[in-house]
Order: sequence, then C-alpha cells, then structure tokens
Amino acid sequence: MDAVAQFLKDIPFDLILIQTVNGIVTGMILALVASGLTLIFGIMDVVNFAHGELFMLGAYVGVIVVATTGNFWLALVVSALTIAVLGAALQIVTLRPLIGRDPLNTILATFGISLILQNFALWEFGPVARRMPSPLTGHFILFYLDYPWYRLVVAALSAAIIGGFWLFLKYGKYGIWIRATTQDRVMAQAMGIPVPWVLTGVFALGAGMAAASGVLFAPLVGVDHTMGLDWVLKAFIVVVVGGMGSLGGSVVAAIFISLLEAYAAIWVNPSQAVIVSFVVLILTLLFRPTGLFATPK
Amino acid sequence: MTTRPLDKTMPLRKPVLSHTAKYWIGFAVVMALLIVAPLVLPVFWAKFLTEILIWGLLAMSSDILIGYTGMVSFGHSAFFGLGMYGAAAALLLVTPGNVWLAILFGLAGAAGAALFVAYFSTRLRDIYFAITTLIFSQIFYVIIFTWTKLTGGENGLLFTRPHLTFAWLYDARFTFTTLHWFVLAIVAGSYLILRRITQSPFGMVLQSIRENEARTRAIGFPVQRYKIVAVMLSGIFAGLAGVLYAVQNEFAAPNFVYFITSGDTVIFNVMGGIGTLVGPIVGAGFFQLLRELMSRLFGDQFPYLIPLGFIFIAMIIFLPQGLLGFARRWLNR
Repeated sequence: MDAVAQFLKDIPFDLILIQTVNGIVTGMILALVASGLTLIFGIMDVVNFAHGELFMLGAYVGVIVVATTGNFWLALVVSALTIAVLGAALQIVTLRPLIGRDPLNTILATFGISLILQNFALWEFGPVARRMPSPLTGHFILFYLDYPWYRLVVAALSAAIIGGFWLFLKYGKYGIWIRATTQDRVMAQAMGIPVPWVLTGVFALGAGMAAASGVLFAPLVGVDHTMGLDWVLKAFIVVVVGGMGSLGGSVVAAIFISLLEAYAAIWVNPSQAVIVSFVVLILTLLFRPTGLFATPK
Repeated sequence: MTTRPLDKTMPLRKPVLSHTAKYWIGFAVVMALLIVAPLVLPVFWAKFLTEILIWGLLAMSSDILIGYTGMVSFGHSAFFGLGMYGAAAALLLVTPGNVWLAILFGLAGAAGAALFVAYFSTRLRDIYFAITTLIFSQIFYVIIFTWTKLTGGENGLLFTRPHLTFAWLYDARFTFTTLHWFVLAIVAGSYLILRRITQSPFGMVLQSIRENEARTRAIGFPVQRYKIVAVMLSGIFAGLAGVLYAVQNEFAAPNFVYFITSGDTVIFNVMGGIGTLVGPIVGAGFFQLLRELMSRLFGDQFPYLIPLGFIFIAMIIFLPQGLLGFARRWLNR
C-alpha cells in the first residue's frame, strides 16, 4: 500500500494540469495548420509541402504589420489575406499545369516552392528570430504560474476559425461547390462549377489558414525561417494519424498528439518529447494504416 | 514508269555496332575521362568531381525507388547519415582505422535503418510513403541530435581518414587522386550492380509495381516483400555513399541526417532524369555546378536555392523526364 501511496504522491498533479492546458493550446494551433493541409489534400490530392513555409511567411507578414501599425488583430487579417493571395498565385503558376499528372509531381513542385520560400525568408529577414509582442498582457494564476490569457484566447480563436470553416463547408454556397468537387470532379464541372477556380480557391483558403495560425503562434515563441519545417512535419504526422482528408480526425489527432508531447515534456527534454509523436505514428501505421478516423473511400 | 521489284538479294543493313557494343564503348569512354580527370584538373575541381560522384551515388540509390519502383523517398538522409555514423564508429573504435571495416559498419548501420523504415513505410503507397519516409528520417535525426554521449550531438564526430589498404599488399595514405579513384571504383561498381539488378527478373517485378501495383499483386507477386527489399537495397547503397562522404570529409555530422539531404537527393533525381541510374549522377553534377557558379558570380551569401528552386519547378512542369530523359530507353536496354 505504501508503494501505491508513494507513487500517487509522486505524480505531479499541478504539472500535469499545466501541461494539459499547454497541450490543448498547441494542439489547437496545430489543428488549424493541419486542417488547411488536410483540406488541400482531401480536395486537390495535393500534399502541400510548402504549407509550413506559408505558416512561416504568414508569421513574418504579421510581425511586419504589427511593427508598422501596432495592431495585432489587423495584422492577423492582413497576413491571412496576403498569404491567401500568394497561395492562389502559387497554385495558378505551379500546380495548375500539373493537374491530371501523377500526384507525386505535385509533392515535388510544392517541395520546390518550400525551398524558394524558406530561402527567401532567410535572405530577406535574416537568421535572427523576430519577437512579436502579445496583444493581451493579462495573466491569471495557475498554481504557481502567471499563465497568460493570450494562450487561451489563441486556442479559442483557432477553434472558432476551424468551426467557422466547417460551417462554411457544410452550408455555404462555395462550401458546397468545394464538397461537390471533392466527390466528383467531372460531374461538378458538368454542373457548371468552375473546378479549376475551386481548386485555386481551396489552396488560397488553406494558405490563409496557415498564415493565420502563424500569426497567432508568433507571440508564443518568436518567428524564424526554419519554423515552417517543424510545423509541417508535425502537421504531416497529424494528418496521417487522423486520416488524410478527414477534418475532424486532424483536429482530434492534433490535440491528442500535442497532449502526449506536453506530458512527455514533464519527464524528458522537449526536443526528445517529439519522439512520442513518432511512436504514435508508428503504432498507427502498424494497426490502422489509413489513419484513426479515415472514412473509407 | 515501271517500278522495280525489291531486290531480294540486297541484305538488310545491319547497324555497324550492336547496342551492347555502343553501350560499353560509351561506358569505357566516360570511365576513361573520369579516371584521367584528377590528373589534369586543378585540385579544387578534382575534389569537386569526387564529391559529385558521392552525391551521385546517393541519388542513384534513391532512383531504384523513385524511377524503378515508383515510390518517392523523402527519407534518404537517414540511410546516408547512418552510413556516415557507421563509418565514424568503425574508425573511432578500431585503431588503426580500416577503410573496409568502415564500409562494413556503415552498410550495417544503413541496412538496420533501412529495415526499420522499410517494414513500416511500405505499408503505405504514393504520397503516404513519401511522408512516412520523411518522418522516419526525422526520427533518426532527433535521436542522433539528442544522444550527445554516443553521437557527439550537434558537433558530430571527427576522425582521421584511414589508409587505403588491400589486404597485406598495399597500404598508403589517401591522396586526393587515389581517393578519387577509390570513390570512382565504388560508384562505377555500384552502378553496374544496380543496372544488373534493374534488368534482372527482380528488377522487372519492381518496374511492374511501378506500372500497375494492383495487377502485379493479382498475378501473385508478394508486392510488399518486393518493396521492402527495394527499400533496403536502396538504403544500403545510400549508406555506401554516406561512408564515402565521411571518409572524404573526415567527419559525421547530424546536419546530413536532416531533411535537406533527402530533399537534395530528390532534386538530383528529378533534374537528371529518373529511371536512368546515370541521370541522378548527372543531376547531382548539374546542381552542384550551378551552385558553385552562382556562389562565384554573386558571392557566398547568395541564396542559390532560390534560383535553383525555380529551375527545379520549371523542370517538373516542362521537362518531367529530366536532362537524360531522352536516353532513358537506350540506357535501360
């Protein structure tokens, strides 16, 4: 009995609670990134390697707008719009000529885009990380920590964006166009839906969501040119675990994986905590290769 | 006007040389040029050429998957890196260092990594395969980067280059010329082995998987087992490239296990022409030459990957067969 009591006493409940909150916050941001990725994949059959770079550029645009106007919320909107336009342009120039070719060509093309964007960011903004002031400075007391309200606001905002996006897909006119294109491209075209432009719009939408998550995330750790790759890797793990093309699956998987990593970070250092998500991925591949929440096509 | 009947006695014109003869003459000429190269080129360019051959071997190993089996691997850095660290282990643990032992250790390391990656990632196809290989290579990167005690962490491992030995007959320091010949011999040998494999019944099955996986399975081939062997084969040759790179540069560093190396490998393949084996080597040369040219023209700080990225995308759209795509059938005959 003593051993059990000792074991229970050793569990750091306060740390676990703190890490739960942290895990949900990062999980929501990750869900926002991953839902853009899964959207682009589910509808266009394109694995967007450049998604992390769009996230990173979005954060940089946010930093610049905040530096000039001082308004964070304006920066959020401006950044999402700018990157959405950039995304549309990229799609028209590089991905549209590849429609109908092997999907592997698109992964190569987006990989090329990510190379260009990442090196452009390094060249333009330099290797030093930029800081971004947090728009809300309030704190509340969580055990012995001054926990910033901003983090909770980020989680709520991400949830709101994903929710709004889901409603749009379900009830909006263009949302219905998008779903129709997913189901049957040829039929959608025959019904008068401008399929190529729907594809461009979807890419722009996904890019805008990536940029928004980049801006929301920027005040938490700062912005540098390599942040894109870390996030796109995590987002890839999330979409494989959640099931490619499943929006709900990515959200659940994002929170699940972020929570696990947060708990692991109690005992090992954060760079090793990443291994936990790799383990989740391996187990998923072993027992359910199509992902946990995939709807069989 | 009268038409004369075809002269039956006129023999069909035979090509002067058979395809095989032309192929081997071409091979001999290229080999001769590469052998003479370090004797005539300035030291810098000779070393540059050696490096291109090593990157070419890495890209060629990846071509087995991309070009012949239809699976794009974004995780070749893991095999390359494990080859490097395997060589480092052999050279640091055993004194005096032996280059053959380094190769053995490197191949063992790469084969282990390849078995692990192959077992899991071949359950998935196409894009999913690409993503999982990428994630698996990151696993190796994180382990190598954080296990500082064993791998030296961020700093990597330093060692001195072993002597070039052949049993008890020959023992001498590597000069840049003998190193070049050593690398050339291994790369050319690997090329011949890989070419033989792609023309074997096993290679035919791989190409059949590329063309139509469902049908290959329906005929009765255990597709996943073939894929596992293909990934391992590819990984072993990538590991060999890693050993050569480690021996040339006398270090093993985690940067080379990072995703960038895998990305470069894919770029070499696409630029040079997949499914040709020599194409990836040409692609590696093309990439490195452009890079060197740009850093000479615009300075070291110039972000050469931006223009190279544009060239890469343009090639995917307009020249998907790559530089040597036109010779693909001829090279594989």
